[in-house]
Amino acid sequence: MLEIAGVHKAFGPVPVLRGIDLQVDTHEVVAVIGPSGCGKSTLLRCVNLLEPIDAGAIRLDGVDVSAPGAPADPVRRRVGIVFQSFNLFPHMTVLGNVTLAPRKVLGQSVDQARHSARALLDRFGLADRAGEYPDRLSGGQQQRVAIVRALAMEPDIMLFDEVTSALDPELVGEVLDVVRELKDAGLTMLLATHEMAFARDVATRVAFLDAGVVLEEGPPEQVLGEPREPRTRQFLQRVVASGRL
Amino acid sequence: MTVGGAPVAVPVAGPVVDAGRRAYLRRRARRDVLVATVSTLAFFAAVGWAVTRTPGWPRVQETFFSGADFRVSAPDVARAFWLNVRIFLVAEPAILVLALVVALLRGLQAPILLPLRVVSAVFTDVFRGIPTLLLVYLFGFGIPALRISGLTTSALVWGTVALVLSYSAYVAEVYRAGIDSVHPSQRAAARSLGLTGLQTTRYVVLPQAIRRVVPPLLNDFVSLQKDTALVAVLGPIEALRQAGIYASFNFNYTSYIVAALLFIGLTIPLARFTDWLLARQRRRQAAGAVV
Amino acid sequence: MRPRHHRTAAAALACGALLLAACGTDDGATTTPTSSGSPAADDCAKDKLRLVTPGVLTIGTDKPAYPPYFVDDDPSNGKGFESGVAYGVAERLAFTKDQVKWVVVPFNSSYAPGKKNFDFDINQISITPERQKVVDFSKGYYDVSQAVVALKGSKGAAAKTLADLKGLKLGAQVGTTSLKYLQDVVQPTTKASVFDDTNGAKQSLQNGQLDAIVVDLPTAFYVTAAEIDNSVIVGQFPAEAGSEQFGLLFEKGNPLVTCVNLALDELIAAKRLQALADEYLGSGAGVPTFR
Repeated sequence: MLEIAGVHKAFGPVPVLRGIDLQVDTHEVVAVIGPSGCGKSTLLRCVNLLEPIDAGAIRLDGVDVSAPGAPADPVRRRVGIVFQSFNLFPHMTVLGNVTLAPRKVLGQSVDQARHSARALLDRFGLADRAGEYPDRLSGGQQQRVAIVRALAMEPDIMLFDEVTSALDPELVGEVLDVVRELKDAGLTMLLATHEMAFARDVATRVAFLDAGVVLEEGPPEQVLGEPREPRTRQFLQRVVASGRL
Repeated sequence: MTVGGAPVAVPVAGPVVDAGRRAYLRRRARRDVLVATVSTLAFFAAVGWAVTRTPGWPRVQETFFSGADFRVSAPDVARAFWLNVRIFLVAEPAILVLALVVALLRGLQAPILLPLRVVSAVFTDVFRGIPTLLLVYLFGFGIPALRISGLTTSALVWGTVALVLSYSAYVAEVYRAGIDSVHPSQRAAARSLGLTGLQTTRYVVLPQAIRRVVPPLLNDFVSLQKDTALVAVLGPIEALRQAGIYASFNFNYTSYIVAALLFIGLTIPLARFTDWLLARQRRRQAAGAVV
Repeated sequence: MRPRHHRTAAAALACGALLLAACGTDDGATTTPTSSGSPAADDCAKDKLRLVTPGVLTIGTDKPAYPPYFVDDDPSNGKGFESGVAYGVAERLAFTKDQVKWVVVPFNSSYAPGKKNFDFDINQISITPERQKVVDFSKGYYDVSQAVVALKGSKGAAAKTLADLKGLKLGAQVGTTSLKYLQDVVQPTTKASVFDDTNGAKQSLQNGQLDAIVVDLPTAFYVTAAEIDNSVIVGQFPAEAGSEQFGLLFEKGNPLVTCVNLALDELIAAKRLQALADEYLGSGAGVPTFR
């Protein structure tokens, strides 16, 4: 469904993505891992066109959506994204956050949007939080709301940009449970993550990003268990040492 | 915990209360209130005593705080104050809207809209740079002097227009500061959901921006309330002018005190209302206790 | 703890007492000695006069100093009616021209409480009983008539009676008898416009924002002759002789008034005042009177 072909992206003189090739088929869960600064977040932001790419193409169902001049809004309706820092709208309640885009972009009525929103919130254990403002929720709850907000648009593919990195360890679990559930429901997902155990558990494929290219790619047992590339091994050793495997 | 193999409920201790400590803290609080009250009273009594002992005080009291002149001038000044209120009620909404337009124009990115960005910047520079009083003269006397047919020559209308233009320039910058203070990640999140640029501005950025700049906006409101007096130079009789008329005929300034009290009377409720709005916002939205 | 409580209680009592004392009336009014009986001529000898600066006669007037009362905004050139009156008084009191000093005194400050920085103020100030409670006036040096000025061919120029004036948009300067006349006698249906000085009134008239303005007769002559091209004096208001007079303004209780009045008497006897009036102020003989 999603094809990233030869994508290059530089910020000023600094190249971040130097030719990324990656594919995500329908119902697949692809985890992108790699050291800080390797371009994981940038890659995801290029996929939903928050960042324009310098060269290459991003294709959704075969259509090049990254072509210069192509409208971005239709793409963003189909591609959901959840950020590391949740980015909930602080001036709206949880319900408001979730129903805003369905009402304004999809044209749903207030009742319709609220009904669907409550169903989603209920599914992820947030029903009693619907009337609260985001600042009153814990980090884990906020991130789950962010996920629900993106899901409310019924995207074809969901991007998760290090969604547990800003959370306390006890709260990480509840968010990962959500992702697991979404996988079981068959949602196509592309995740950037530090949580190796989680990647091994949930991903159908893992891609190791290093210095702007996909250095190694394959099933999680292979990339995480018996990596071919020395740099992959190096990276994983560091991760093990810091206790995050 | 188990007793004889079966689990037993452990009584949970409630909050610990030390009666002695509580009593001490209560006494301390009472003493603090007493000291604060006495200190305030003593301070103002001392100031009042010092002022009323000055040699010129009786004259000043007659001239500024004369009960008889207060009673005589108050009705006319109060009636004239209604003009200030009306100017304010018309000008303030106009300013809020025009300033928002100017602020938003400034933020337009599309190249074809560059002329609008330039207009907005020039507007702000010109109308902030020229003193408000000068603008009142220019519009109130200057525009009618052009004798453009179909255009009103009313000094009141053009004076109010001058106030609106002058204040819109300031308020536009306040809005811009508010808009800039909203983190770009908010815009990113909104766009990612598929909202258009306009929808993002309207539903996500502006509500947050405006909430943040309520205090400086209030500052400008209060300033405007007083600047309504500037239209007096064009002829209309507003509170300060009416006070001046009384003063010049009776050689007594008490009418100005009447006007001052009226102006303060208008400002204080507005300030308290804004405080209430902000407190309510903090209560609903902020996490936990407000420190 | 006990001693502390006693101390704060004592402080409270003391401050309460002070507060009560301060609220009591103070009858320490400043009094200046008034001269008793009619002064002999040598009481007004220059070296015996109570002056702001000994040896110098300090005279106050406003800025700009308008014609025909002053010329070229320079009171010290001796030209203009009031400049002439001032120098006439100074001469009678044995001051030479360079012993006369002029200071700028905005009209609103001339009656402010506190020490004055002038010996007397000459500024087309009408003598009224209300004002006499606050300041002292010399005897009148000019009988004031009020006149109406309008643009030729306008609605204002067509007015013949007081009733005609009622329906017009009128304007006058603050603090003037013109304004008082407008408000008390004419009572126009549309509220009059009031200006800081005649400049605003004249500008408004020229812009067509007003149908007519009310000014004193000498000013009306000057305006129609030299300032506004297509203007006319529409008429003057009936004035009983001696009803409104310009007077020199003094700080209350200033003994200088008596000497200045003597000087004015001499000027009247020598027909100096009449000559000055003829030269600068014109006569109302040819001007129709509103009934």
